[in-house]
Amino acid sequence: MSRKHTAALVGNPNSGKSALFNALTGARQKIANYAGVTVERKAGRLTLPSGEPVELLDLPGAYSFDAASPDEAVTRDVVKGTFEGEVVPDVLVLVLDAANLEQHLVFAQEVLELGRPTVVALNMVDLAERDGLTLDPEALSEALGVPVIPTVAVRRRGIAELNAAIAEAETHADEEAHTRWHLTLPERRLSAKHMARAAILSRSARHTIENGVDRILLNPWIGPVILFGLLFVIFQAVFAWATPFADALEGGIGVLSAGVTDVMAPGILRDFLTEGVLAGVGSVVVFLPQIVILFAFILVMEASGYMARAAFLMDRLMAGVGLSGKSFIPLLSSFACAIPGIMATRSIADPKDRLTTILIAPLMTCSARLPVYAVIIAAVIPETTVGPGVGLQGLVLFALYVAGIVGAMIVALVLRSTVTKGAASGFIMELPRYQLPRIKDLAIGLWQRAWVFLRRAGTIIFVATIALWVLLSFPKAGDGESQLDASYAGVVADTIHPVLEPVGFNREMSLALVPAIAAREVAVSALATTYAIDAEDEDLAAQGVTERIAALWTLPTALAFLAWFVFAPQCLSTIAVARRETNGWKWPIVMVAYLFALAWIAAGATYWIAVSLGL
Amino acid sequence: MTLDGFDSGRTARITSVDWANLAVDEGKRLQALGVDEGAEVAIVHRGVFGTRDPIALRIGNMTIAIRRAHAAAIEVEAA
Repeated sequence: MSRKHTAALVGNPNSGKSALFNALTGARQKIANYAGVTVERKAGRLTLPSGEPVELLDLPGAYSFDAASPDEAVTRDVVKGTFEGEVVPDVLVLVLDAANLEQHLVFAQEVLELGRPTVVALNMVDLAERDGLTLDPEALSEALGVPVIPTVAVRRRGIAELNAAIAEAETHADEEAHTRWHLTLPERRLSAKHMARAAILSRSARHTIENGVDRILLNPWIGPVILFGLLFVIFQAVFAWATPFADALEGGIGVLSAGVTDVMAPGILRDFLTEGVLAGVGSVVVFLPQIVILFAFILVMEASGYMARAAFLMDRLMAGVGLSGKSFIPLLSSFACAIPGIMATRSIADPKDRLTTILIAPLMTCSARLPVYAVIIAAVIPETTVGPGVGLQGLVLFALYVAGIVGAMIVALVLRSTVTKGAASGFIMELPRYQLPRIKDLAIGLWQRAWVFLRRAGTIIFVATIALWVLLSFPKAGDGESQLDASYAGVVADTIHPVLEPVGFNREMSLALVPAIAAREVAVSALATTYAIDAEDEDLAAQGVTERIAALWTLPTALAFLAWFVFAPQCLSTIAVARRETNGWKWPIVMVAYLFALAWIAAGATYWIAVSLGL
Repeated sequence: MTLDGFDSGRTARITSVDWANLAVDEGKRLQALGVDEGAEVAIVHRGVFGTRDPIALRIGNMTIAIRRAHAAAIEVEAA
């Protein structure tokens, strides 16, 4: 019998499924999407005591088969064997939170009604003990009619026993399913209550720590202060701690590039490798430290149970523009990069909420825009203070971030009353119990996120930068002619320049916007290249781009350029991810169109107002 | 009275839920979380000052967040 063995983890959200999955499979995991839907498919390899491999699937958490979200629909269809392209799992591993039995047994009965070979993992028994519960797994096993194994996934307790039980259940995989009597929801709830009571041996009247902690963290006054304090620390970390790593990566890429230059003869191939491949891939890779740091915070917030509290605290604010607290997490991620932000919208059940969040995610100022802001601000905004300890330059930078957030809120409001119109979205969310995250689970999560980012963005930006390199490098410039002017990119810049001239852009700026489509920060290097090539003598060429901008750009022009970048259509990778996450080109096109319009209006308004003020 | 006006910290028994006033998916989600006739719940936290929205509800051994609009569709009595 060489048939591939399969098993699937199924259970309520917050039952500790993912930690159990990590404990059973280690780091050997494959993340992809289920065919046709943007629901993450996580599969890993479990080795049975006999040495036989089993493909273990971590199904999305579900409260019921009566699906209220795409995640739940996937779980239902896979478990029932009606999901096209997925085999029905031989064994179901039903994960129950020991401290929340009465709740979790409701869905458990629905799963058991299928009559498939099933093993129950009575998970997080340690948290149940902390809450003062003593449980009787045997009584529960008797009531459910399947083996029940007590586990503590985060501490790797009960994993071997669970593994053995899966192996035993596997031997019944080919038997016909003994479908059980179908109960109604109230019946299931009643029997869950009885089973839970029978399984609980003793219950000491200890208060759960959640109430005490939440009294502080969810306090209407202190809660938001703590949350914003934490956000401040995260921002500091993302922008300050990541710098040495990003610099090191950049240095490494530079060394690699120099090495290639040394060993290869000058020519198209060498230029392609250094200017195209290394520069292009490098421009993505340097954001990895920021993304890893941001995700480390996000993962700890999620694993500890705090993220749901953050969503709770932010819900009121988000409700004001027709969204819910669930949009907070994706938007927070978007400050590092819109790509992981857009991918994080998968946790939003309401499709219109999710779409709105995807469409406004690019308005959160991503880290790629920071170099552009930094260079232009340094060039045109004087280094004066406007108050004690408040510099004008920092204030302008802050204002640009705020402009993005305010813009996003206004756009959300407009979208919610037009294209994503619908009943005001609700906010129903479980607030899971607090838990100390395990380092290994965090490491696996970080590695997966980093890898997904590198693979998705890397492949897309790789192709995009090569295309741009071709546009910038051909046809070759003649004597006395600048390469940028002569290139196809120059032609593109000439084409778009008439549109941008009214909002105060000079030709160099229009030109810089072309490569900025690949990655925003490239606008800076593109300007640097243009000014270096156009410099009439060596002295001018030696001047940094900041000095050249300070000398050549008027203040209204520079401000217009900054305003443009607050709203400008995002990089190609973001558009590609938006297409993937919305399953079509319609919404990415809407996104690009509205961002372009907003950027043009914002740049124009800034320029015209600045000119009329005589700046 | 409805749940949104009920005192925080006191246990309430749900006497009826006005499902027609809730979106279908939200009704399903609430039911799946155990919010249904006969269930005993208690408001444990309320959101930001002013509107005091959303609210955190204790149900069994679980805490869930819902909006006041949902709570307004839930009829309760003191348990």
